[in-house]
Amino acid sequence: MDLLRFITAGSVDDGKSTLIGRLLYDSKSIMIDQLEAIERQSKNKEEGEIDLALLTDGLRAEREQGITIDVAYKYFSTPKRKFIIADAPGHIQYTRNMVTGASNADLAIILIDARNGVAEQTRRHSIIASLLNIRHVVVAINKMDLVNFSQDVYNNIVIDYAKVAQSLGLKQVTYIPLSALQGDNIVEKSDKMSWYEGPSLLNYLEEVEIQDTIDLTNGRFPVQYVIRPQTDDLHDYRGYAGKIISGVYKVGDTVTVQPAGIQSRIKAIEVAGKEVEEAFAPQSIVLHLADNIDISRGDVIVNAAQPVKTAQELEVLVCWMDNKPLVPGNKYLLQINSRVVRSVVRNIEYKLDVNTLERNEAPAQALLNDVIKATIKTASPIPYDSYQELRANGGAILIDETSHVTVGACMIQ
Amino acid sequence: MSAYRLDYLDQLESEAIHIFREVAGQFERPALLFSGGKDSITLVHLALKAFRPGKFPFPLVHIDTGHNFQEALDYRDALAATLGEKLIVRHVGDTIKAKQLTEPKGKFASRNALQTFTLLDTIEEFKFDACIGGARRDEEKARAKERIFSVRDEFGQWDPKLQRPELWNTYNGKIHKGENVRVFPISNWTELDVWNYIRREKIGLPSIYFSHDREVIEHQGQLVAVSEFIQLESTDRVLTRKVRYRTVGDMTCTAAVESTATNIDDIITEIIATKTSERGETRIDDRVSEAAMEDRKKNGYF
Repeated sequence: MDLLRFITAGSVDDGKSTLIGRLLYDSKSIMIDQLEAIERQSKNKEEGEIDLALLTDGLRAEREQGITIDVAYKYFSTPKRKFIIADAPGHIQYTRNMVTGASNADLAIILIDARNGVAEQTRRHSIIASLLNIRHVVVAINKMDLVNFSQDVYNNIVIDYAKVAQSLGLKQVTYIPLSALQGDNIVEKSDKMSWYEGPSLLNYLEEVEIQDTIDLTNGRFPVQYVIRPQTDDLHDYRGYAGKIISGVYKVGDTVTVQPAGIQSRIKAIEVAGKEVEEAFAPQSIVLHLADNIDISRGDVIVNAAQPVKTAQELEVLVCWMDNKPLVPGNKYLLQINSRVVRSVVRNIEYKLDVNTLERNEAPAQALLNDVIKATIKTASPIPYDSYQELRANGGAILIDETSHVTVGACMIQ
Repeated sequence: MSAYRLDYLDQLESEAIHIFREVAGQFERPALLFSGGKDSITLVHLALKAFRPGKFPFPLVHIDTGHNFQEALDYRDALAATLGEKLIVRHVGDTIKAKQLTEPKGKFASRNALQTFTLLDTIEEFKFDACIGGARRDEEKARAKERIFSVRDEFGQWDPKLQRPELWNTYNGKIHKGENVRVFPISNWTELDVWNYIRREKIGLPSIYFSHDREVIEHQGQLVAVSEFIQLESTDRVLTRKVRYRTVGDMTCTAAVESTATNIDDIITEIIATKTSERGETRIDDRVSEAAMEDRKKNGYF
């Protein structure tokens, strides 16, 4: 059994909460006491039917206002897969929360109300999915019951969305017509849309091949911690602990320690205390090298056959996440995996309109939820890959040195 | 390439080990909060995988309410001795005396809320900057929103509206003096994942997780163990039932479930079949209000 992480983008109006509620309910992941609790609350709110949104909206403020503010994580499994849903808000003022939820997703479900077709927010959610390099997109055309399960409506939306997908370079797009409220094409194929030949949503989620979301080509191993017991019997033990974020490592492989650029050879690999001949992403391992070299947290042990880029000046797309604006010249800590360095934002080249992809040249500053293209200079060299080519080694966060808050998400170009 | 594929339990394990090592790499004085329950026992097992043959870069810390199951305490002491790791125990009873706190009254007077005082004092005493805990997001809807690195202010308070964005697998552990971070390595595990992992890894558990005879009373459909910590009323009927515990908390606020499951396989079969959530079935303290957990967490609770 494997694991699929996906994000649902849309607003309550699109039936997002109903869709999640239905997936959880039909996979028997909602327990009786939880259902009773939301039934009680639904009555408190004097609404006729059970409000499945109450299941996902976990904070008091969200329940009171009837909106999703922050990302909530929900879990369900079928005999084929375990699923982690990042349930993210869809409104533009919560773009940063959607970016957060999307950062770990293998797949995005983008909800479209069949009555409205491709809307501004559909484009925004798709742009974010493409910026965050989510490989698989499911376009869930919901509320088909309200358009008489019409194939024409479905076809027109597919034609419209295909243009969006093409402009964004989204390659793996799947269209599913459904009714979350009535359960059509959610778990079982609906008999009301015999013209639709594809799988039900759950069936698709169970079967979609996601192995391509893990890069097994480029060996990248950021060191998190050095294990040195320094006891009598383990006097010479020096193990580099970390997680392989991409690629495969074999005993005997030549590696380069970056950013220093020193070469060595893998002497041994341990996985959970057992020596193995090879290990691969995303395993957590302990690596032993043939030479005694100075390696510490933040260094990246790279498979020498697949070199990494190293630079002190980075071209990045930044999603700004703080109330205080980003102004060129501001200094931040930049953290990429386990490496943290000082950095300064040199200039802002343009601001991206996340609804239209239009570029507004050289804005004076970036505000909360803005996506901008900028140049960042770092105090020491950063080993990195392009985010679009290797997500695991191309994403970095910016941290405010005084408040310590995470203020920006960088996708290195 | 299909040989390079990890099972979901291996993925969850690797993620948890990664989080443990981030704590070791980012903090000066971390601690692992250990309760003797299955989730914190799983954490210890994961810490072994993260740090052996080295020592843990943190002590185990138990906040003892004085209302624990003896079996859980025995397990705790035996485990610390076997591991050769440091165990720090601090007692809620001592805090009550020293600070002249008022004990809750009533039939199931629970020290659950008072635990927070002792926890915050202990964090202060040892200057802990990170506390690792076994909370999971599937347990409760407020927890579903919490970060893996969850920053608490100097009063131990959680502000759900001011959480840091947490992207990719990059964890920001930067804090001001006096603040601390609660870290949850098994955030993405469900109850069933934990049990499947315990089965796969053959992890030992306190005996109360398995079916045994116990004297209980029935309270609003839940079975509560008879102990010196609860007050029996004349109308209470003491029954002997075959029960096991699905979670292990205080004797005053943890209910047992009727069961004949004597091994992990049987327990997993029962959990797959159950129609009630873990906290709903076994926790008396969550029933106070819809936002009981959110309110407790805001005040410094785990």
